[in-house]
Amino acid sequence: MAFACIFVPDFPVEAILRAEPDLRSQALALLEGKPPQQKVFAINEKARCAGLDAGMTKLQAEACPGLALRCRSTAQESAAHAALLDCAQSFSPRVEDTAPDTVVLDITGTEHLFGPPAKIARDLARRASDLGLEANVAVASNPDAAMLAARGYSGVSVIASGEEEERLGHLPLHVLLACLSEITPERAAELSDMFDRWGLRNLRSLTALPALAVSERMGQEGLRLQKLSRGAVVRTLVPVDSPLIFEESIELEYPLILLEPLAFLLGRLLDQVCSRLASRALATQELHLKLELETGIHLDEDQDSPQTPEIPDYNEDDETETGSPPPLQTAEHATRVSFFSRTLRLPVAMLDAKVFLKLLQLDLKAHPPGAPIKKIWLSAQPARARAAQGGLFIPPSPEPEKLELTMARIAGIVGEGRLGSIELLDTHRPEGFLLQHFNPIDAERSNSKPVAQDSAASAVTALRIFRPALRATVTLRDGKPAHLACLKKKEISGDVIWQAGPWRSSGDWWEPYAWARDEWDIALQTSNGVVLYRLVRDLLSGQWLVEGTYD
Amino acid sequence: MFSSLVCDQPATGRPELFAPQSDALVRKPPTASPELRKFARGISHAELAKYLVRTPRLNQVTMASRLEVRPDPEIVSVGIPEIDALTGGLPRGSLTEIYGPASSGRTTILMSALAAATRRGEACALVDVNDAFDPKSALAAGMNFQNLLWVRCGSDGRITSNKRKVPRSRSSSFFLKAGEKQKEETQHEWAQLEQAIKTIDLLLQSGGFGIVVIDLSAVPKQFARRIPLTSWFRFRRAVENTPTLLLLLGQTPCARTCASLVLRLDGQDTVMHKVSAAGSPLRIAISHAQLFEGLHLRMELQRTRMERKPVQSVNSALSAKAFGRDEKL
Repeated sequence: MAFACIFVPDFPVEAILRAEPDLRSQALALLEGKPPQQKVFAINEKARCAGLDAGMTKLQAEACPGLALRCRSTAQESAAHAALLDCAQSFSPRVEDTAPDTVVLDITGTEHLFGPPAKIARDLARRASDLGLEANVAVASNPDAAMLAARGYSGVSVIASGEEEERLGHLPLHVLLACLSEITPERAAELSDMFDRWGLRNLRSLTALPALAVSERMGQEGLRLQKLSRGAVVRTLVPVDSPLIFEESIELEYPLILLEPLAFLLGRLLDQVCSRLASRALATQELHLKLELETGIHLDEDQDSPQTPEIPDYNEDDETETGSPPPLQTAEHATRVSFFSRTLRLPVAMLDAKVFLKLLQLDLKAHPPGAPIKKIWLSAQPARARAAQGGLFIPPSPEPEKLELTMARIAGIVGEGRLGSIELLDTHRPEGFLLQHFNPIDAERSNSKPVAQDSAASAVTALRIFRPALRATVTLRDGKPAHLACLKKKEISGDVIWQAGPWRSSGDWWEPYAWARDEWDIALQTSNGVVLYRLVRDLLSGQWLVEGTYD
Repeated sequence: MFSSLVCDQPATGRPELFAPQSDALVRKPPTASPELRKFARGISHAELAKYLVRTPRLNQVTMASRLEVRPDPEIVSVGIPEIDALTGGLPRGSLTEIYGPASSGRTTILMSALAAATRRGEACALVDVNDAFDPKSALAAGMNFQNLLWVRCGSDGRITSNKRKVPRSRSSSFFLKAGEKQKEETQHEWAQLEQAIKTIDLLLQSGGFGIVVIDLSAVPKQFARRIPLTSWFRFRRAVENTPTLLLLLGQTPCARTCASLVLRLDGQDTVMHKVSAAGSPLRIAISHAQLFEGLHLRMELQRTRMERKPVQSVNSALSAKAFGRDEKL
């Protein structure tokens, strides 16, 4: 049996550093509480070296030069914990969610897949580092020994079976007490004082005590602590099936106004989401972006009710505003929170953070949020990764990632809804078609075998449509068009030298958009020869329209 | 012999057989003395090659006999046997231009080529500058819409010119001067062309398309001609050595030397029509009884790079039948 434990020291700090890796090189302290009673909640090693400690007030902490202060973020901590679980799940399906900063996984039988335990431990540490978490990893023959080693030794440590007592003996007693999740902090403090009075400093000194004497003084708890110190506790792992939720968030200290700095943050979040997806061998087909906006409300002195300013460019996806009354009626400017969300749907499952970032940038450029951004949530809907199997005899087709980017860029040029593949509607109504997302992959799936080309194919005369149709003045002779004059295009004017028709059609008479028309095929003589047009008389409005030309 | 030595310069890429051989590309030996010429005449081909390798200054010179010959391009069927017979098919990795007046059959050929390609399972893109594509005609031609990306440039697109379009009321536009209207129309045409050129650039960069079409059929000649030649050179360069066929439709030839194949279509002389059985006994021209039968396509092959020497113009004619009217009669 072999168990690995991943432990992230200073977990709340690591959660913040995961979102802001630039802060890793300097002292960082996290504050908790409501201003002005904020206190230091957690610090990193550099801050510890600078003399800071948990429980200090903000004022005391600010006296330390070069210290970065951040507020504790539970959302980022939960995202970091989810990332830790993803990291463990990528190596073994049996993962125990021991604590927010600790996971234990059963790596028995994975040697054939990932190599010896030492390599697995190194790979676990590397994977955690890729996910933005600097973690200690330990491998031992039982979960508790692995936990103690991970908490006590930094970096990667591997304890061979039978060497637990010797290796764990050097660890201080507070490591053992920190591992016990079932005891309260008060009880832990009591035990620590008691061990101090007994003159115990490390686990070896605890294991050296006679079991009977410990049992007399501490009962079963003491014996259990001794067993833990020896690394001899055998227990069953409690595996957890973590849900496939890939969400990352970041709370900003100052609201963002420009899209360019937003792109940096989005890029960081996308990197994290993609790393987590990759660790589970998954991709995504749908990305949700939610922004918390800060909307300023101006209060007039005469008015009691606030005036909501207009937020431009809100689209259908916008969520309803969660309005809250301004905290102070006397304040000239108050803030109100609103949300803006966008969904990016992809035709195929992808896992390329750069492509996602570019697509989000193009989307936000087309649909700007319209107000400063305070908080960002980004979540990905997991999907099975696409199996890309090329073939020598498969017709050329654009790469899905490139195609999505290209289409988004073209949509930025020609306008949204102006490109795609055609879906004909079951109607004779003119312009009876829809534009849908162009996805040649689906076409490949639907037509797994390419249609054989008809050897006896013959040309079919095509029509070119004038959009919108050109209004024309038509002179009739014996009920047939004899002369045509189009005001907008002078070249579509003259005597009709030939005509055929009319072909009457109508439909949708039960709908508000009913249509009824007579179609004529006519020919006009021009300097370049005969030109054929389709002339339409709208029976509802009585207008003559040149609908298109045969070409 | 030395005059046929062509310098293979890495900066300019592979030397092309069809590219005009400028003086800069033909490098003479550093000392073209009569003795060296005599030496060169006297030695064999293999010895000369060794001499070139040994001499540091001539290391990069490629002998004409060793120049890489451009392989014949892969040919795509248009889907119309007569045109395939005339042109030998449309070459991939190059620019093909089809031009002619209105009702000459340009769109018919386009639909046929796109239908053939999409039926083969190739992804195709149509950049429709004037938003004139008719899906029903395409369906009649047998197109597989799932493989066709239709980009509609034009009215609803963003005007990217410097001057922002100001919405006008109907009454104010009525009093617009003729000059202002013309200016607006000109801006609109340019905006459409700008959109189309940018779109083509993006599509060609993306790659993977079988056929990319830019349809300038309804763009006035004066605008189409003013598209910079550099754009066409860029497009030609982008599709070179790729399986993409860039097809250009227009009223006049505008790609000039960038086009590998140029096909000119003539306008219609008469209307191909037939009198239905219902109308014939009356022996009078009843419009109800007449039926538009289709277009008569007359084409001329103006230029092709499939042949080493300029070809003579070859004429061909065929007819394209109309669709949909038979059902209604």
